[in-house]
Amino acid sequence: MTLIHRYIKNGVPIVLDVASGAVHVVDRLVYRILDFYPEQSDDYIIDRLKNEYAKKDLIEGLEEIRQLQKEGLLFSKDTYVETASNRYNDQVIKALCLHVAHDCNLSCRYCFASQGDFKGQRLLMDCDTAYRAVDFLIKKSGKRHNIEIDFFGGEPLLNLPVVKKTVEYGRKRAAQAGKEIRFTLTTNGVGLDSETIEYLDDNMYNVVLSLDGRPEVNDRMRCFRNGVGSYDSIVDGIVGFVQKRADRSYFVRGTFTRENLDFCEDVLHIAGLGIKSLSVEPVVSGRDEPYSIREQDLGTVLREYDRLFDECLKRAGTPEEFSFYHFKVNLYNGPCAIKRLSGCGAGNQYIAVTPEGDLYPCHQFVGEEGFLMGNVFDGMLDSRIAAAFRDAHVYNKEDCRDCWARLWCSGGCHASSYKTTGSLQKSYSLGCEMEKKRIECAIALEAMTRIKEDTYDKGLQG
Amino acid sequence: MKHIKTIVGAVLKEAAGTSGCGECQSCS
Repeated sequence: MTLIHRYIKNGVPIVLDVASGAVHVVDRLVYRILDFYPEQSDDYIIDRLKNEYAKKDLIEGLEEIRQLQKEGLLFSKDTYVETASNRYNDQVIKALCLHVAHDCNLSCRYCFASQGDFKGQRLLMDCDTAYRAVDFLIKKSGKRHNIEIDFFGGEPLLNLPVVKKTVEYGRKRAAQAGKEIRFTLTTNGVGLDSETIEYLDDNMYNVVLSLDGRPEVNDRMRCFRNGVGSYDSIVDGIVGFVQKRADRSYFVRGTFTRENLDFCEDVLHIAGLGIKSLSVEPVVSGRDEPYSIREQDLGTVLREYDRLFDECLKRAGTPEEFSFYHFKVNLYNGPCAIKRLSGCGAGNQYIAVTPEGDLYPCHQFVGEEGFLMGNVFDGMLDSRIAAAFRDAHVYNKEDCRDCWARLWCSGGCHASSYKTTGSLQKSYSLGCEMEKKRIECAIALEAMTRIKEDTYDKGLQG
Repeated sequence: MKHIKTIVGAVLKEAAGTSGCGECQSCS
């Protein structure tokens, strides 16, 4: 099992201790020693590196490595295998993805929801089904205090009256049960008039707004059913919402495909609109779509992440700074081991509900044959499907169990795995390479900002 | 330490005592 991971980012050598979560910035002497340590003896290492470094310094470096090892901060043992298998033992559901609309006013080319209807008929959820979903969540959440409902679609603003009534009902039921309920919503931005902006700002804990970046990039993928691009119709509403939102939680979220592998330009375009919290992510699709990212695109994508990293580093601490979702990592106060092993919780803690009340492991599996788990009206869940998702953890996935990133990425997106390999137990290798790059960038950004603050960089360039 | 700067220590090991309260979010 891989115990450490090391890499050099913009000249700064970084070493991660996989199982403890420790992050170290080292000098080049220690980085070189780790080419041989711990497999080789001290004498061998000193002899091998004697032409590069003084013996005294090599002995010092070896002592420091050993000290960290003793403190459990380097080469620490991974003891989470059992934790991973038992992580859903309490069988509670914490969050629902409520599909209040299987209908959409856009017809995006890459939409996993088949332009909003999820391969079925166009349908809006009624109040009765939404209320039953709330009751289902309250009942299934057990002793959990915090519960969540994400309004999703299709386009949820097409069914805003039901959203509003569900919020009202959810608050009442949560208060009766002594729980805290939070609502979030994902929108394409088409219906964002001033009244709706006000409502979302007042009532949603987080809002995700979709915009792919530059007008021509957005309009190539995100268009109305008549083929007309959506950029001009949505950008003012999105910017208006962001301005009203100020520093409370939101994301402007885009998708990049092989048709805009220079996606750094799209990130910068969105940031240029005054949007500080944003994300542009690789498309999740089968391998054979014309816009799917291919193996031969990987080098270009990774270089683009490097370019974005440089831009984020340059802007850090300036008024032009923005938060790129995938380069955002909380090293000091981040999630516990169980959370890292659980990831999104799809199929167990997180369930999607269709307008008819059918239950699926998450929004990406809605309409997929073999993944229907039950219905809110009978309240039963197919335990075999839940078990399949529970068992798809990093120690059961061949590609993950020895990967250095296993406790950072949690095994990746189940839907990506399934759509690209046909199995929950296999990994989407291209997605893994992109994810590892993002994690390296995120950790480096945090570490380099920190050493800049400590002016430690001056002493660590040997 | 002269050659190594620890940015963050063993955050996962430290969390073992309270790990898994489940009050975090599930698309301190």
